[in-house]
Amino acid sequence: MLSSIVSLSLIGFVSASVLFVASKKFKVYEDPKIDQVEKLLPGANCGGCGFAGCRNFAEAVVKAGKLEGLNCPVGGSAMMIEVGKVIGIEVLASEPLIAVLRCNGTKANAVAKINYDGASNCVVAHALFSGESGCPNGCVGLGDCVKVCQFDALYMDEQTGLPVVDEEKCVACGACVKACPRCLYELRPKGPNGTRVYVACMNTQKGVVAKKNCNVACIACMKCVKVTDSKSVSVTNQLSYIDTNVNAREHGPALIGCCPTGAILGVKIAGIKSVKSESNS
Amino acid sequence: MSDLKTFPKGGVHPSDHKLSSQKKTLILPLPKVAKIPLSQHLGAPAVAVVKKGDQVKVGTLLAKSGGFISANIHSSVSGTVAMISEATDTSGYLKEMVVINVEGDEWEVNIDRSTDLKLEIVNTREEIIEIVKNAGIVGLGGATFPTHVKLMVPPGKKAQVLIINGVECEPYLTSDHRVMLERADEMLVGIKIIMKALNVEKAVIGIESNKPDAIEHLASKTKDYPGISVQPLKVMYPQGGEKQLIKAITGREVPNKGGLPIDVGVVVQNVGTALAVYEAVQKHKPLIERVITITGKSVKNPGNYLVRIGTPVIDLIEASGGLPEDSGKIISGGPMMGKALTSTEVPIVKGTSGILIMTDKEAKRIPQSNCIRCGKCVSVCPLGLEPYLLYQLSIKRKFDRLENEDVMNCCECGSCQFTCPASLPLLDYMRLGKLEVGKLIRSRKNN
Repeated sequence: MLSSIVSLSLIGFVSASVLFVASKKFKVYEDPKIDQVEKLLPGANCGGCGFAGCRNFAEAVVKAGKLEGLNCPVGGSAMMIEVGKVIGIEVLASEPLIAVLRCNGTKANAVAKINYDGASNCVVAHALFSGESGCPNGCVGLGDCVKVCQFDALYMDEQTGLPVVDEEKCVACGACVKACPRCLYELRPKGPNGTRVYVACMNTQKGVVAKKNCNVACIACMKCVKVTDSKSVSVTNQLSYIDTNVNAREHGPALIGCCPTGAILGVKIAGIKSVKSESNS
Repeated sequence: MSDLKTFPKGGVHPSDHKLSSQKKTLILPLPKVAKIPLSQHLGAPAVAVVKKGDQVKVGTLLAKSGGFISANIHSSVSGTVAMISEATDTSGYLKEMVVINVEGDEWEVNIDRSTDLKLEIVNTREEIIEIVKNAGIVGLGGATFPTHVKLMVPPGKKAQVLIINGVECEPYLTSDHRVMLERADEMLVGIKIIMKALNVEKAVIGIESNKPDAIEHLASKTKDYPGISVQPLKVMYPQGGEKQLIKAITGREVPNKGGLPIDVGVVVQNVGTALAVYEAVQKHKPLIERVITITGKSVKNPGNYLVRIGTPVIDLIEASGGLPEDSGKIISGGPMMGKALTSTEVPIVKGTSGILIMTDKEAKRIPQSNCIRCGKCVSVCPLGLEPYLLYQLSIKRKFDRLENEDVMNCCECGSCQFTCPASLPLLDYMRLGKLEVGKLIRSRKNN
C-alpha cells in the first residue's frame, strides 16, 4: 500500500519536472496579438484576403505591423479599424466593396444561336467555344461563381440565365472574381447610399461584331466619354470603363442616358430603373 | 485474325460506320469566297504578307510562319484579297483570316499540275526539309503539327523506322482510306522522300484490318518500293494515336512525361502528309487542298471530296445533298475526338479530316448518373490512367494531385467517356484538369 503510494507520487513528480523543464527550454514565443487579431476575424477561412485561412492572415498582420496590402474584405472596414488598434496603428475607414457582374447578356439580350449540352462548368465551356450567343467575352451562365461563393451571395436567375449578386450578403471576398474564366466580376465600391454606375460589358470586339451577338454590348462609341471627361471614363480595346471614383449621383443619369445600346447600368439612381439584380435589396 | 498486332493496354471498339469507304474521291467546286485562317497548325499563328486588294494565285504565299513551331499558309484559290478580318473557325472563337474573292482558277506558274508520277528524288535531305517547310505542310491526321519540325531529327538521336499512319481508327472517316486506294503510288514516293529526309531504311504502313482492300492494294504496290512494308493491325480505337501505333507496330513504348517518338527511334507521319510531301517536293505544290469525308447516317450522299483549304463547310454539305432535316450536330473530325461546329460558315482547314453530321437523336448526351466505381474507364484507358479519379479531382480543383496522377499523359481519345455506363463527362473535366495543370507547369517554369 505505502510502497505503491510512494512510487506513484515519485513517478508523478519526475514526470512533472520533465514537463516543466521541457516547457521552459523548448518554449516558442508567440505574439499574443496574433490570438487577439484572430478573435476579431470572421473565422470563415474563405481565403478572400489571399491567405489560406484567418490564422495565417492574423500572423501576417502582426508580423508586418502595418496593414498595407492586407485586408479582410469579409470583416469590412469596421473590423479592420479594430485590428489596427490591436497592432497599434490608426486605420482610416475604407469604402465597402461589392462584386459587380460586367455582363448583361441575358437570354433576351444575347440570343442563343447554338445549344450547348456539355459539362456544366464555365471553364470547360470557355475552353470549348465562344458561348451560346457567340459573344467571346460574355457570361456562359453555368454558374462557377455560384459554386465558389461561400456566403450564399450569388444565385442563378433562371429567367435571364445570369448570376445575381445579393447586395446584403456579398462581402467582396473576391472568390467569384478568381473563378470566372472570362473575368466578368469586378469589386467596386458600393457607393454613397448604394448608388453606383458601371459598364456591364466586357466585349472587346468591334462595335458591329459585338452588336450582332448581343443587344446591350458596348460598341465603344465614345459618347460616355463626351458627357463626362476622359479621366472618369476611358475607352480602351473597343470597351468603355467607368472609373470607380465617378460620382454615380452626379454623372449616373447622363452616362446611362447617353449610351445608345444600354450597356451602362446604374443602381439606385434617381429616375433610372435599377438593374433587376440589385433592385430588390 | 486474332494474331494481328495491336496495342496491349485499353482501347474500345466503336462500330465503324465507314459509310463512304467505297466512294471515289470527287473534286469539290471552287467556293465563291475563301476564308483562310492564319492559324491552322499547332504553334504560333502565321504572319500575313498580303494586304487588302492584292491579287493572288493558287499557291501564292499568304502568310509566313510565325516561329519555329509554325507553318506557312498559301492561297488555295486565285482572286483578290477582300480583307484580313476575324471570323469564327473550328475553335468556336473569332480568328484572323484572309478573305479572298475567288476569280477564275489561275495557278502559280512553277506548280506542276500534270498527273504523271515522278519517281526520281533529286533533292538532298536539307533541300527536302526546306521545301516541306516552305510548302506549309502539317500533320494531316488532325493534330496539325508542322511536318518539317518532325523531319529534323534532334542531334544525338537517330530515327530507325518511319511509321506511316493509315489506321484511321475514328468511326465514319474514310479520307485516308481513299488516299491509300487512289493515290498509292504518289503516297509511296512521298514515303520514300520522308525516308530520305530522315535517313531511315525502313518504313511500315500501319493499316487496320477493316480496310482489306487498302492492305491488299498497298501490299502489291510496296513490292516495287524496297524498305516499305504494310502491317495489318487489329481494329481497335485509339490505334491511330501516335503512342499506341508505335507500341502496336514496334512494341516500343514512348516515355511518359513529354517523351517523343524520336526518343525510341520512331517518326510517325499520316498517309495524307506523305501525299502532301510528294506533291510539294516533286510537283512544287504547297498544301492547299486535302481529301475530306462528308458523312453521317442521314446524309443523302456520304462521300469523299478533294477540297481547297478555306472552303466553307456549308459548300461541302450542299455537295453531299444538303443539310438533313434531323441534324443535331455538325462535327469537324470524327465522332470520338472531333469538335462540334458553331456555324456552317466555318472554313475547312488543314486539320479537317472529315465533316460528320449527327442526327438529333445521336447528338444528345445521355443524362448522367452517379459513378458506381465499375472501373470500365480504367480498363479502356490506353495510357493506364484512372479517369474516374481524375474527373473527381478536377471537379474538386485539386490540381497538384491531378499532376501527380499524370493527367498530362491523357491523349483525349475519349474512350473513357465512350464506355462510361453512367455517361459522366469524364473527358470534359480531364481536359479542364489538363488546362489548369498546364498553367501550373508553365508558371513554375517562368519563376
